[in-house]
Amino acid sequence: MASTYEPIATTTLGSAAASYTFSSIPSTYTDLVLIMNASQAAGNSVYCQLNGDTGSNYSYTGLYGSGSSAGSARASNQTGAYLGYLGSTTIYNAINHFMNYANTTTYKTILNRKNQSDQYVEADVALWRSTAAINSIKIYPDSGNFDTGSTFTLYGIKAA
Amino acid sequence: MWWARLLNNAIAVFSAPVPPVTNSYESIATVTVGSGGSSTIAFSSIPSTYKHLQFRFMLKGTVASAALLVQYSGDTTASYNDHYLEGSGSTVTAGYDSTSAQIIYGSVAPTAASNVFGVGVLDILDYADTNKFKTTRSLTGNDTNGAGYIDLDSGLWRKTTAISSALFYPTSGSFAQYSQIALYGIKG
Repeated sequence: MASTYEPIATTTLGSAAASYTFSSIPSTYTDLVLIMNASQAAGNSVYCQLNGDTGSNYSYTGLYGSGSSAGSARASNQTGAYLGYLGSTTIYNAINHFMNYANTTTYKTILNRKNQSDQYVEADVALWRSTAAINSIKIYPDSGNFDTGSTFTLYGIKAA
Repeated sequence: MWWARLLNNAIAVFSAPVPPVTNSYESIATVTVGSGGSSTIAFSSIPSTYKHLQFRFMLKGTVASAALLVQYSGDTTASYNDHYLEGSGSTVTAGYDSTSAQIIYGSVAPTAASNVFGVGVLDILDYADTNKFKTTRSLTGNDTNGAGYIDLDSGLWRKTTAISSALFYPTSGSFAQYSQIALYGIKG
């Protein structure tokens, strides 16, 4: 049987970087899963831009627990899809599901679960208002760099 | 004849079957709603040969607001419970449903939001274990650029019967065209 859940690409940063981009993503899968294990010196939010779109075509709704309280937030008409908050002390890990990423009928919705022990536990849903198939994903903090050793791995899931 | 034996041995070595690629995560079935919509999305004859199941879905409703409901193995009795944690973009709501006739898994995208579909990942661990009630976990959400919900849910089907079917339906209206649910099996 053909493989259903396949690794597409992975990287471990050899030096600090302001962003990382997965490009030339094949359109042959149903969903993409992006797994991130990252850190940086200062706390910032992490975003992604799809297909090089830098316009105000992204939004999100989020749910978080801070260790003392729970909250929900939203932002509209942003220039990147929110993927969680990256604190400055411990490792941030996140699993992001890009659902039906190659469907050219629908806008693209991303589900995110993010964990960082000294910061927040988060669940977010983000929207990219485009019907284009996703062929590139640029990941970046809204300030500063990802640390050396941060890893980003992209998988494809293929439905029957 | 020695040369014949040598030839036969060579053939045996080079024609030995390639070990099959074993995959632990397999696609079982996918249902896509056609034009006109559908009141339900159903999976039947789910094999019991996996360890866990995962549903991955993209859903849109035909009304302004609807939650996603699921029943397992044709059980329509009050045999379900669920707990949920939901963010609306401004408030957090936590709650539970006890002795229900179905499990609620967040909401589907509203009909008014053009091109927007709600999405979700639903895991059922040990779905075929006849010694356990069935516990589910899900992450679902939809964002419409100014509205939407994100939900974490846990569900319980209080039966030890193996899950052999699943019926998805909204609280009101139908699933819109292009809604899709894909079922995967995970081997243990």
